[in-house]
Amino acid sequence: MKKLTVCLLVVLLSCSVLFAAGSAEQKTDVKEVVIGVFEPLTGENGGGGYQEVLGMRYANKVYPTVQINGETYNVRLVEADNKSDKTEGVTAAQSLISSGASVILGSYGSGVSIAAGDIFLDNQVPAIGASCTNPQVTQGNDYYYRVCFLDPFQGTVMANYAWQEGAKKAAVITQLGDDYSSGLGNFFSRAFKELGGNVVSEQRFQTNTTDFKSILTNIKASNPDVIFAPSSIATAPLIIKQARELGITAKIMAGDTWENSSIIENAGISAEGVVLSTFFDDADPATAEAAKFITGFKPYLVENKQPEIIPAVSALGYDAYITALKAIEKANSTKGPAIRDALATVELEGVTGKITFDANGDADKDMAFIKVVENGQFKFLKTVSVL
Amino acid sequence: MQIKRNTLLTTATVVFLVIFLYWLSANRLQNGMLASVLQKGVILALVAVSMNLLNGFTGLFSLGQAGFMSIGAYTTAILMIPVQNLDGVYYMNGVNPGIRALKIAIANAPEFIQIIFPFIALLLGGLLAAAAAALVGVAVLRLKSDYLAIATLGLSEIVRAIFSSPQLDQVTNGSYGLNKIPTFPPMLWGLIPSFVTPFVIVAMCVVFIMLLIKSSYGRAFKAIREDEIAAEAMGINLFKHKEMSFVVSSFFSAIAGGLLAIFMRSIEAKTFSITLTYDILLIVVIGGIGSVTGSILSAFLVTAAKEWWLRFFDQPLLIGDWQVPLFRTGFRMVIFSILLMVVVLIYRKGLMGTNEFSWNRILGRFKRKSSVDEGGVK
Amino acid sequence: MSRDGRPSRLIALFHWIGFFCSFLFPVLIYTFSTGCLHGTTAKFGYGEIRMTMTTILQHCLTGISLGGAYALIAIGYTLVYGILRLINFAHGDIFMMAGYFMIFALASFPWPIAIIITLVVTTVMGIGIERIAYKPLRKAPRMSIMISAISVSYLLQNLSTYLFTAIPRGYPEIPFLKKIYRVGELSASFVTVLTPVLTIVLVIILMVLVNKTKTGMAMRAVSKDFETAKLMGININRVISVTFAIGSLLAGIGSILYFTDRMSVTPFSGTLPGLKCFVAAVFGGIGNIPGAVVGGFFIGIVETLLVALGYSTFSDAFTFFLLIVMLLVRPTGLFGEKTVEKV
Repeated sequence: MKKLTVCLLVVLLSCSVLFAAGSAEQKTDVKEVVIGVFEPLTGENGGGGYQEVLGMRYANKVYPTVQINGETYNVRLVEADNKSDKTEGVTAAQSLISSGASVILGSYGSGVSIAAGDIFLDNQVPAIGASCTNPQVTQGNDYYYRVCFLDPFQGTVMANYAWQEGAKKAAVITQLGDDYSSGLGNFFSRAFKELGGNVVSEQRFQTNTTDFKSILTNIKASNPDVIFAPSSIATAPLIIKQARELGITAKIMAGDTWENSSIIENAGISAEGVVLSTFFDDADPATAEAAKFITGFKPYLVENKQPEIIPAVSALGYDAYITALKAIEKANSTKGPAIRDALATVELEGVTGKITFDANGDADKDMAFIKVVENGQFKFLKTVSVL
Repeated sequence: MQIKRNTLLTTATVVFLVIFLYWLSANRLQNGMLASVLQKGVILALVAVSMNLLNGFTGLFSLGQAGFMSIGAYTTAILMIPVQNLDGVYYMNGVNPGIRALKIAIANAPEFIQIIFPFIALLLGGLLAAAAAALVGVAVLRLKSDYLAIATLGLSEIVRAIFSSPQLDQVTNGSYGLNKIPTFPPMLWGLIPSFVTPFVIVAMCVVFIMLLIKSSYGRAFKAIREDEIAAEAMGINLFKHKEMSFVVSSFFSAIAGGLLAIFMRSIEAKTFSITLTYDILLIVVIGGIGSVTGSILSAFLVTAAKEWWLRFFDQPLLIGDWQVPLFRTGFRMVIFSILLMVVVLIYRKGLMGTNEFSWNRILGRFKRKSSVDEGGVK
Repeated sequence: MSRDGRPSRLIALFHWIGFFCSFLFPVLIYTFSTGCLHGTTAKFGYGEIRMTMTTILQHCLTGISLGGAYALIAIGYTLVYGILRLINFAHGDIFMMAGYFMIFALASFPWPIAIIITLVVTTVMGIGIERIAYKPLRKAPRMSIMISAISVSYLLQNLSTYLFTAIPRGYPEIPFLKKIYRVGELSASFVTVLTPVLTIVLVIILMVLVNKTKTGMAMRAVSKDFETAKLMGININRVISVTFAIGSLLAGIGSILYFTDRMSVTPFSGTLPGLKCFVAAVFGGIGNIPGAVVGGFFIGIVETLLVALGYSTFSDAFTFFLLIVMLLVRPTGLFGEKTVEKV
């Protein structure tokens, strides 16, 4: 009896393995081009990644086909969850390549993008990053492009704003091992010191830390005017709440990752006054495409049980998608190298402004929006251009 | 007659596998998933076999595999990153000048050295881990089984903390991890293509381990596993043999770690956390504690299942119009865990128990149906 | 959990207090002398940290609060090991599941009922795990039961990843627990202060239970000698279930206090605290309840200190380093007693 059940189990398992293997590599008769979505849907950055994916899915809904050589091709999105983890990201990237993707979109989280960049390069599949702002993503990688601004720019913008508001002493909190957080914190410190300010405390915490009291106690002792804490969405409400709990009254500032309504939800009244920089403002559409996007995306958000505020990363995801489509059209092919060459010279009006790429693969973006949390909402403060 | 038939079958299988690997290496692009699954499977097979050597054959319950793998992986990665990529990888804090000097020396060395350098890197990783194991073993090996488990678990965490500590930023790049690691080098001047290299290396290592097990040392290990005090009474030097088993196991775990680093092209300290050790434990338990071929088979099975089930169980499945419930991200890991529990609670011997693979038993199973009165083939 | 040889234990206690004082004294003297009256900058880890009196006290408060939560979990480990000689790897994950239960309970019920529901469900889960995963393996070799514990831990982690997704979940607030109190420059929420106090109270109740009641006596007997206790007519299964129930209940309470302080739960929040608490139990003497409590506080305080000084990467490594040192120098822990292994 035991032997029979063992045999049955083995047969069942091998069947499912074969079935899965088979179904994964099916060939269809419909002409289609595959676009891979390389985003975290779980893990620390799962919240932001999900919003970016929503932007891409919506874009796929609005533009489901592309013209190559006069023929209409269906565009199919294949999603792979990189779990906000570099190791899993490598596996996810490999599975996207083997599913036949011609272009990859993503990822939210510069660390994962940097780690998987080599795989895309080796397999000659171009990747378009939506919101990964660390310079290392595109540095030295011919096949990686991005539609957002970079951390050196963002760090300088925030440092300038802090200085203009009269802050002389700043404290910086960064996450060890997170390229985005450490990179942006670094750039902010540098810019702030150049302006003449004093960085009184630089604290680092490990990934998966939930208790920031020790770090915040040290910061409180150094008495800064402003605290710059570019961390993930998961840790943001914790830092904000615990800081206020300890009686810290300094202004808290961060980068683009903090533009997420869940932070206001979780931090509650403590989040009032938090300042951040971001890519997009839905009250002031920059282009016609932007206006169309805003009116169409809001009901889509409601459909997916999200609050009606448009996250900037969704706008970037949308932009990445339409950029990919434009490049495929321009290249008239589904082959990686051709699309990559087309990307170098592509030009289009996206939701976040006009999109062109420089020699390194970075978008020529020179505008950042600064927002502040007021009355439980993100309120637009001002636009800052490259100085 | 029996022996001749067995050798024939074994040789035939080996030849078939080799041809299959060469074919796969030539047709990699179409079969990307299969290729990467096989490579990862063979690397995990090496770790599983070395863990089996320690846990299954010597009876030392050690959970420190991930720590030694990380030593091998980091050493190999640091040595193998090409000079021109150094600044890109160590962008946050710069690289240790000693490492840079070493790399420049290697880049300017004669071609012969450049060809065998990756293998030297792997070997160095293994030796470093073996040295660490020898040192640590002196302290840790006299603990009883459960304490040994926790102590080795703790060791692997300490190693991880050391590698990701900001103090070692310039050497290991701290918590940012290392990337831009080049891929497998071809062996024997192109006779063995780059894809087949890990298989060859693992095969050599496994053969060594099997020879070790069959020797008198292996018998001593098994004696220690069965009853330590009796073994000691029979004159087996407990410490020397335990230490040998520990060092050999760590050496091969580190080589597997180095191969894993080359396979993944980018590593970080988090890769080698306790979860990795648990995964290897899963493979060893399913394969059968005490069976080398069992570990190898189950390594391939588990890796294949994990990668392919990734697409099967984790996406919503529609049969006709009906959406099968429960199929969501994370479902396959639940199935794995349940599978592990079932094996641990009910099929305690795992796939193969303590037996090795033998043609006799497989053919015997077929023969038994046809000839009941032939006295049964063993 | 046995209590003979009391005078020698007191001496051992003084012996160890002396050991720690000699270790901690230089650090304390340095920080106090340089930081007592007005802040001064001391260079540790990264950057400069100003050590004022209030900063040190604030750190101490954080450390003691963390230590209390660790102590409650460590008791679970030490109880189970005393009886079954099993390291319950799944204990940390029970702690994590209790956090998730609380999130769901608070979403539907008012907080007093939610707390009770969480504690009950956690206890039931603890007993259930014992029945399913450990009972069938009671006669099996030690390796099997440990592998079973590891696989239960694995299962719980994957189950919660599947059911609750791995995105960190915000832990809801229990109103009165998060009220912030300020004394001079010190600022803390009520729960930070409540944790160590509640821990001590619970431990005292537990010691009374173990030493003065019949069930307690049965537990002590089983931990001393399994076979003989069975022969004397003690219902082993009931004793084991009670042990797991107590351990899980304390872990549940610990989880409420711990997560209220931290406000966020992920499926992996339980692994590292679990391992650290096991080390705390070993440190204090495995099988010894006051020892586990002392161990928990010690590890909590030192961990907070290390993070405060900037060596956060080493805070986890320190705990394991401590374990190895303990196992080599004094394997029976602070308050444990030597056992002789018979052939």
